[in-house]
Amino acid sequence: MSNENKKTLVEVKHLKEYFNINVGAFKTKPLKAVDDVSFTIKEGETLGLVGESGCGKTTVGRTLLNLYKPTSGEIWFDGKEIKTKKDIKEFRKDATMVFQDPYSSLNPRMTVSDIIAEPLDIHKMYKTKQERQDRILELMSYVGLNSEHASRYAHEFSGGQRQRIGIARSLAVDPKFIVCDEPVSALDVSIQAQVINMFEELQDKLNLTYLFIAHDLLVVRHISDRIAVMYLGKMVELADADEIYKRPLHPYSKSLMSAVPIPDPKIARENQRIVLSGDIPSPLNAPSGCPFRTRCPHATAACAESMPEFKEVSKGHFVACHRVGEIN
Amino acid sequence: MSLLEVKDLHTSFFTDAGEVKAVNGVSFNLDEGKVLGIVGESGSGKSVTAYSIMQILAGAGKIVSGSIKFRGQELVNSGESVMKTIRGNKISIIFQDPMTSLNPTYTIGKQLMEAILLHTDRNKEQARERAIEMLQLVNVNEPEKRMKQYPHEFSGGMRQRVMIAMALACEPDILIADEPTTALDVTIQAQILELMQNIQKKLGMAIIMITHDLGVVAQMCDEVIVMYAGSICEQGTADAIFYNPCHEYTKGLIRSIPTDANSGQRLKPISGTPIDLLNMPKGCAFAPRCEQALKICLREKCQRMQIDADHQAACWMNVKKLKEGGAINE
Repeated sequence: MSNENKKTLVEVKHLKEYFNINVGAFKTKPLKAVDDVSFTIKEGETLGLVGESGCGKTTVGRTLLNLYKPTSGEIWFDGKEIKTKKDIKEFRKDATMVFQDPYSSLNPRMTVSDIIAEPLDIHKMYKTKQERQDRILELMSYVGLNSEHASRYAHEFSGGQRQRIGIARSLAVDPKFIVCDEPVSALDVSIQAQVINMFEELQDKLNLTYLFIAHDLLVVRHISDRIAVMYLGKMVELADADEIYKRPLHPYSKSLMSAVPIPDPKIARENQRIVLSGDIPSPLNAPSGCPFRTRCPHATAACAESMPEFKEVSKGHFVACHRVGEIN
Repeated sequence: MSLLEVKDLHTSFFTDAGEVKAVNGVSFNLDEGKVLGIVGESGSGKSVTAYSIMQILAGAGKIVSGSIKFRGQELVNSGESVMKTIRGNKISIIFQDPMTSLNPTYTIGKQLMEAILLHTDRNKEQARERAIEMLQLVNVNEPEKRMKQYPHEFSGGMRQRVMIAMALACEPDILIADEPTTALDVTIQAQILELMQNIQKKLGMAIIMITHDLGVVAQMCDEVIVMYAGSICEQGTADAIFYNPCHEYTKGLIRSIPTDANSGQRLKPISGTPIDLLNMPKGCAFAPRCEQALKICLREKCQRMQIDADHQAACWMNVKKLKEGGAINE
């Protein structure tokens, strides 16, 4: 990839996010939504984050933007650690978010122009009304909305157009980094492709860096430079997009990649799927040691004892598995 | 005679804003033991087609005209008493959302036994045995214990298994699966699809698989119907649809999916937004979004034409191609 010489924009070190869940009248138990996750994202790069529901991928995105206060761990952005309230406020001008559901993430009582300009209002990023208006129109043209849409309300738009409004809003403060949380999952196939293309075009034009969270592996592979796989709050594998798609090393990634339904009947018929047995354990009662061991076809007694280290097995390819050398 | 024959089906919803023609002249046959996929985007009428077959349309929906024949027996306007002998017994349906398809106040066992007691002359004890047998068929562990549990104690994948067990309890000839795996994670989706394939081999029922996911279709289906705005644009074997698509909409759909072939390139999406069913154009419904649209596409709807023995498409481009090839004159 051409990103090798670029500087690191986002760095997450040993991030933990525990939620306290009530388990009795006066008893709480920590739910380890994100448990010791570390990664970096280079400038202009797209890091895809995949995993099944409940694996903590959305929590990583939200904690990264300090929408949740991290339980522990460090978040570095552009060489500075984000710690104090003042840091966070500044950080939010550089890092924004696009949400999954284009229906519930837009205020139905606000016009499109007010929705898009809300971040500008909050950060007081314009001097005159005219400047605000010009910026709104510029943002709308970035995402392919007509200027005549500015005074309408969100309910007048289709899902795809609403997602465009959400993207325009996230671009308003001229960010360097955007967390895209399942931004195309709610859209139809033909509209999904339009929005994916738009993300790529905007990235080229505005030199954006993305954390792209999704469960659709074909989409993630298309848009990402590197992909990280999460399972029960832990990161289990991280590598270049093509590498992880074609040569996954962790048993969970293997089954995940093989489970993707390929839109090609001949390949689909011959595809040897590794079908996992059982369901994902509840994160409240996560297994000891490696979280995947209860569903893993290669698990041994050693897997129950300690969490495997997240280590680099070949250049840029990280895996957390005790038996990675034996099973591949 | 086919197992199920649907002919020129028209289903509309009569709303305050006007008549919404959700299904607009759909015809197809389903043979015994086949898996038929119906694909399309939201609003294409794929689910309404299924609901019309089962006659479970919501209040404002009505079958306006057309015929649905099950083993030669006409179902349209046949009356509720006839439909009661068909539904759940001869034709079963499972829905997208296993979270809301089960009643939270009854145990799984009671809900499974309900269908069996209603449609067969088994007594309570036999129905219980049958229910346990069904749970074993769909690979639910400890079925006797599970029978006494409530839906909230089941995960999403497990609930969908229960729904499949319930739908198959009376050994129907047709199983309609309406987006059965859309709400599930990929690894759970793989489990459920494999389960459906195995059960289909074992019991030999026909399946109508309704989905928006072309990957699921490629894996599961013998035949595929592609729907847009309430009509069938293309129908054929899975291989014909994927390797020789003959309708511009099908081509666009296939181009829109990220795959190995277009990795690293920009996708080629279908432009525009889905059609408003209240304002249907005069000609081909897809023409406003079609890059190849001819003048005739805007003026007149193309009828379905035979491409091959088992491949039909309703697109004027095929006529144009034949004309250019000199196969037909004006």
